[in-house]
Amino acid sequence: MISNLLRVHDLRVSFATEAGIAHVLDRVDFTIAKGEIVGLVGESGCGKTTLARTILGVLPENSARIDSGVVEFEGENLLDKPSEELSDKIRGRAITFIPQDPFSSFNPVFTIGTQIMELMKWKSPARDDPYYANSASRFWNGYPSTRYEADKGRVLELLREVQLPEPEAILAKYPHEVSGGQRQRLMIAMALLPEPKMIIADEPTTALDVTIQAQILHLLRTLARERDVAVLFTTHDLGTTYEICDRVTVMYAGQEMETAPSDGFFNTPSHPYTRDLLQSLPSREHGIKGIPGDIPALISPPGGCRFHPRCTAASERCSVERPDHTQISERHNVRCFHPVAHKSVGAAS
Amino acid sequence: MTTETQDTATENTAKEDTVLSIAGLRKYFPVRNAWKRRIGWLKAVDDISLEVRRGEVLGIVGESGCGKSTLGKTLMGIHPPSGGQIVFEGNDITNMKPGASRGLRSSLQYSYQDPGASLDPRWKIGRSLHEPLEIHTQLSREERDKRVRSILKSVGLPEGHLDHYPHEISGGQQRRVGLARILTLHPSVIILDEPTSGLDVSVQATILNLFSDLRQEFNLTYLFISHDLSVVRMICDRIAVMYLGKIVEIGDTETVFSNPRHPYTQSLLAAVPIIGGRRVTDNFWLQGEPPNPGDLPSGCRFRTRCPNVRPECADKEPELRSDWEGQEVACPYAE
Ligand SMILES: Nc1ncnc2c1ncn2[C@@H]1O[C@H](COP(=O)(O)OP(=O)(O)OP(=O)(O)O)[C@@H](O)[C@H]1O
Ligand SMILES: Nc1ncnc2c1ncn2[C@@H]1O[C@H](COP(=O)(O)OP(=O)(O)OP(=O)(O)O)[C@@H](O)[C@H]1O
Ligand SMILES: [Mg+2]
Ligand SMILES: [Mg+2]
Repeated sequence: MISNLLRVHDLRVSFATEAGIAHVLDRVDFTIAKGEIVGLVGESGCGKTTLARTILGVLPENSARIDSGVVEFEGENLLDKPSEELSDKIRGRAITFIPQDPFSSFNPVFTIGTQIMELMKWKSPARDDPYYANSASRFWNGYPSTRYEADKGRVLELLREVQLPEPEAILAKYPHEVSGGQRQRLMIAMALLPEPKMIIADEPTTALDVTIQAQILHLLRTLARERDVAVLFTTHDLGTTYEICDRVTVMYAGQEMETAPSDGFFNTPSHPYTRDLLQSLPSREHGIKGIPGDIPALISPPGGCRFHPRCTAASERCSVERPDHTQISERHNVRCFHPVAHKSVGAAS
Repeated sequence: MTTETQDTATENTAKEDTVLSIAGLRKYFPVRNAWKRRIGWLKAVDDISLEVRRGEVLGIVGESGCGKSTLGKTLMGIHPPSGGQIVFEGNDITNMKPGASRGLRSSLQYSYQDPGASLDPRWKIGRSLHEPLEIHTQLSREERDKRVRSILKSVGLPEGHLDHYPHEISGGQQRRVGLARILTLHPSVIILDEPTSGLDVSVQATILNLFSDLRQEFNLTYLFISHDLSVVRMICDRIAVMYLGKIVEIGDTETVFSNPRHPYTQSLLAAVPIIGGRRVTDNFWLQGEPPNPGDLPSGCRFRTRCPNVRPECADKEPELRSDWEGQEVACPYAE
């Protein structure tokens, strides 16, 4: 039995909008073990970022509401924790986040170096080290200078690891002076610096070309293997998922549909949605085709299984009842009343 | 469109199927030290010449930081060029400000790589989509409304999104709104900077189909900047491969993909993940770090990472050679 680092159970999240209440996450179950890389895939707007934000506790306060569920990290429910404890020990320390939009994550008026060192001041793993706390070093703005120097060395080293040339020069630049992919690599470095137990990477490689992407994925994999860091990797890119993930969870319109080890996911997808998604991959033989039908508006989502209006296997029951988990094989389960019979589907041609 | 009326046209417009012609284009950014003194130049775009044919999709690919966005922004007038010439529809627009000559500029459009950049956070989506039409067209309110609704539908977003603010919609939805904003103007050339990044396959399919429908309907030309090589291969007629500010290989898409001749193109194509195939991360490594673009190696820029490097490579910057049908390569030893 593999013990879970994080367990999300029966999570419902909704947003108040002018048009009404959007019921985004619906009874979501999700787990991730130590050192495991789990891919969270699904179409745009299905709730990947919302799930990531709920885990981190950074949902917009005035519009989001958690209607039910638990988010357990190392056995403790984060949803019950006081916010000071979350921001001091969990967010940015034990769990770090690589945001989907690296563009808006930097403050345009400070240099990149200033912003990274401000992060290190609060979140560096060396902050807990009594040597730095007690050392008779000069303090600069509450940041002991010996620790500052040590942290800075670590920053430069990590920027090299994410393939940024001339890290010193990059630190002196303003956010608008670096390219999209460079900014994304800076965000990745910032998520690694606090040496977290879990990294939530929200589409971390969308702005990277394949060669740098391969190097970053390799780096994440090495961290997971060698330091037991868990990685929750949200992406729409199934090629990347195949490259890096141990397990994959697929989500549709706020409901998770299927969870499977990576090979099972691509070779024997059991949910009709997973199968359709894999078949909609662009290829030179078939060109580009989507799944027929539209993604539902989440203000008035379909009842039961939200995929049923677009599903070729749907029955009466699917529109009223959300299927529970059915075990297909070890660690592979699906929430569907009519799972795809296996041995028919080849993932890629 | 006719080109007959342009009597002041430069030589470049002699070929009437050229819609955009770029000659020796350069964009250098100052490199400064800690005291803000300029200590050198970062050559983000360095001597690029290109002819873009009417109705084609020209892919631009290359490593992160090689200057793709800078090229797009310089063409669009967002950055003033440091040198060279840009001729669009027979008019020299090299030093024209984005605000000047609105008619011309509205037919050349740039879609930002950053989906949020083109949307004002204080405006509802509806207003962001109406605004370009108010500025650039004479349409009545009802006509604008109709066009906005139809374009929203074509990018696969429900009408309800018109009443949302940018932060209330997902990353992929923001990107589609950004594209819708540009497409409402019916431009003739669109520079698409990573238009499908952050979109899942099915929305990507919708968007790519929309691009090709619009292209057929309005004879649009696209400059398609992307790192997604499978998409590039599917939709581009030609591709240009950039390395540190220069084009190292350009040619017909199929020719380049099936027979890449520049060593950089060869390593780029080897890194594409294939589902079910070998895992690239297990065995791929492009040797060496990318050089610092502010301090380039002498001679060929790729030589510090090139598997076939020779001592002579440090001497002279290689020019594009057109020794093959439909393919030009900037390497004297390519074969
Ligand atoms: N602050 C908010 N207010 C209202 N609705 C919101 C808010 N944030 C997200 N939503 C809605 O919740 C749904 C899920 O959004 P989310 O950002 O989680 O999607 P996603 O799966 O990350 O998509 P993408 O792949 O495009 O990033 C979307 O329909 C979105 O419109
Ligand atoms: N305004 C600026 N000031 C200084 N340097 C800049 C500026 N804009 C870009 N650069 C630098 O110019 C180089 C090219 O950047 P550009 O954004 O064109 O790359 P890109 O090919 O689009 O990369 P990506 O694929 O990561 O988006 C980079 O080294 C970047 O740091
Ligand atoms: Mg998202
Ligand atoms: Mg770019």
